[in-house]
Amino acid sequence: MNIEAVRAIYMFEMARARRTVTQTIVSPVISTSLYFVVFGAAIGSRIQSVGGIGYGSFIVPGLVMLSLLAQSISNASFGIYFPRFTGTIYEVLSAPVSPLEIVLGYAGAAASKSIILGIIILATAGIFVPLHVEHPVWMLAFLVLTAATFSLFGFIIGIWADGFEKLQIVPLLIVTPLTFLGGSFYSINMLPPPWRTVALFNPVVYLISGFRWSFYGMADVNVAVSLGMTAVFLALALLIVAWIFRTGYRLKA
Amino acid sequence: MGRDQVAVRGFGAPAILTGMDDIIAISGVSKTYASGFVALEGVDLTIRRGEIFALLGPNGAGKTTLISIVCGIVRATSGRVTVDGHDIVRDWRAARSLIGLVPQELTTDAFESVWNTVSFTRGLFGLRAKPAHIESVLRALSLWDKKDSRVMTLSGGMKRRLLIAKALAHEPRILFLDEPTAGVDVDLRHDMWQLVSRLRQEGVTVILTTHYIEEAEEMADRVGVINKGELVLVRNKADLLHELGSKRLSLRLRSPLARVPEALAGWRLELSSDGSELTCLYDAKDVRDGVGGFLERVREAGIEFTDLSTTESSLEDIFVSLVRGRN
Repeated sequence: MNIEAVRAIYMFEMARARRTVTQTIVSPVISTSLYFVVFGAAIGSRIQSVGGIGYGSFIVPGLVMLSLLAQSISNASFGIYFPRFTGTIYEVLSAPVSPLEIVLGYAGAAASKSIILGIIILATAGIFVPLHVEHPVWMLAFLVLTAATFSLFGFIIGIWADGFEKLQIVPLLIVTPLTFLGGSFYSINMLPPPWRTVALFNPVVYLISGFRWSFYGMADVNVAVSLGMTAVFLALALLIVAWIFRTGYRLKA
Repeated sequence: MGRDQVAVRGFGAPAILTGMDDIIAISGVSKTYASGFVALEGVDLTIRRGEIFALLGPNGAGKTTLISIVCGIVRATSGRVTVDGHDIVRDWRAARSLIGLVPQELTTDAFESVWNTVSFTRGLFGLRAKPAHIESVLRALSLWDKKDSRVMTLSGGMKRRLLIAKALAHEPRILFLDEPTAGVDVDLRHDMWQLVSRLRQEGVTVILTTHYIEEAEEMADRVGVINKGELVLVRNKADLLHELGSKRLSLRLRSPLARVPEALAGWRLELSSDGSELTCLYDAKDVRDGVGGFLERVREAGIEFTDLSTTESSLEDIFVSLVRGRN
C-alpha cells in the first residue's frame, strides 16, 4: 500500500477545501440555517409535532442528509474531474498508485469534508432547536457510511462527466429532488398509501429514515433495512469504481 | 543469447531479449485507439542505461503515445514493455517508481504553491518529504525564489521548469521529456540542455521527443525516428550523420559554364542557372576519390574557380528526407 500517495492526495484535497472554505463550509451552513428559519421557526411553529417530536427537531436529520449527500457528491466529483479537466491527472496515472489508493485519497477527502460539514450543521441546528441523539454510535455510523457511499458516487460522476454542466446534472436533477421527496421534511407515513409505496423506491428514504432513527428512535422503515440498503449502495458504488479502473473508462485510452 | 543479454519473461508472454545495459525494452508494441486510429504498429526499441535518446517524428507520428504507454497512462493494444526488468503491467509499481515524466502540455495546478505541487508529486511516488531535495531541484531550475508563489502567477517558461521539477521530485532513474523546449526562449532552451547533461552525468537515462532537430543534434547519443506509428530507424547520432548524411562542395567559377562538362560525368553535379557555381554532392561515407579526386578532375577539365565551400547535411535534412521518403 502506497500510504504516502494516499496521504498526498488526501492532504491536497483537504488543502483545496481550506482555500474554498466559503463554498465548502460557509455556504451550506447558511443555507441550512435558512431552512431552520423558514421551516423550523416560520412554518414549523404551525406544525405541532411529528411522531411526538417538535417539527424543528424532526427536520434536523433530513437537513444534515441533504447537505451530506450534496456535498459528498460535489466534493468528490469536482476533486477528480478538475485534474482530468486541467490534464494534471497524468501524474496520478503515471505514479505508482493503485486504483484503491486513488479512491481512498479522493473519496476519503470528500467524505471527510462532508462529515465535518455534517457535524457543523448539527452544531448550528443546536442553536435553533433542541437536539437529542439517542444512538450516537449509529448516528456516526450512518453519517460515515452515507458520506463514503455518496463520495464514491461523486467520484463516479467526476469520471463520467465530460463538462462542468454534467457535474451539476446528477446533484441538481436527481439527488436533490430525491432528498426532498425522501422524507427530509416529513415522515413518509404521512403520505397516502399509494404514494408511500412509491416513496419506498426512493433510495434516500432509507438513508434519512435510518439517520433519523439514530436521533429519535423513530423510523419510517426498519433500521436494519436502512442499514442494509446503505450497504447495498456502498457495494454498488464500489463495483462501479472497480469497473472504471478495470476498463480505464475515461481515464486511460 | 548473447553474453550481455538476459531474458525477461512474464506469465504466458513472449520473452524480451534485453542487454544488461538496456533499461527499457519495448517489444512489438501496437496501439489502436477506440476511434480505429492506429497510433503505433509493432514498435521494438531498447533504451540503454544512462543514455540520452531522442525520439523524432512529425506531429501525430506516435511519439507521445509511445511515451504514455511506457509511463502507464495509455494501454498498449499488444506488445510488452519492461523498465529495468519490471513488466509495466504485472510489476507496474516498481516500473513506474523509476520514471519521471515531463508532459508536452503545460498542465499544472493553478492554485497551488510551487513548493506544495512539487512535494505532492514526491508523495505520489510513495516517498516521504525531503525538503533538502526539493530545494536543490528548485534551485537547479531557478525556481527557488518562486517556491511560495502560486503556479498561476508563473510565466510559461517557469511552468515548463516546474513540470521538470515535479518530474525530478522523486529522484527518478529515467526521465521522459515530451517536447521539453516547445515554446520556450533560446536562453531557457540552453539552460534545459545543460540540465539534461547534468542529469546524464548523474546516471539518469533521458528520453526526449522534440520537434527541434537541433536539440537532438546537440544532446542525443542515439536517435530514433518514428513516422506513422512505425519506428523507421534507431541509430547512434554520429553514425546516422555519417551513414545517411551527404556533403556538398560548391565551386565559384571564374568563367560561367553553359553545361556540365562531359569529363565530369559520373559525379552528382548541379550547375547554377547562371552557370557561375558548380556543386558536387557526395555521400559522407563515400571515400571513392574524395574531394581531392574531384578537384583534380576539375583542373584537368580546364575549369578554373575563385572560391570553394563545403557543407554537410544536418540531422534535420536526414530527418526530412526519411520522413518524406516514407510519406
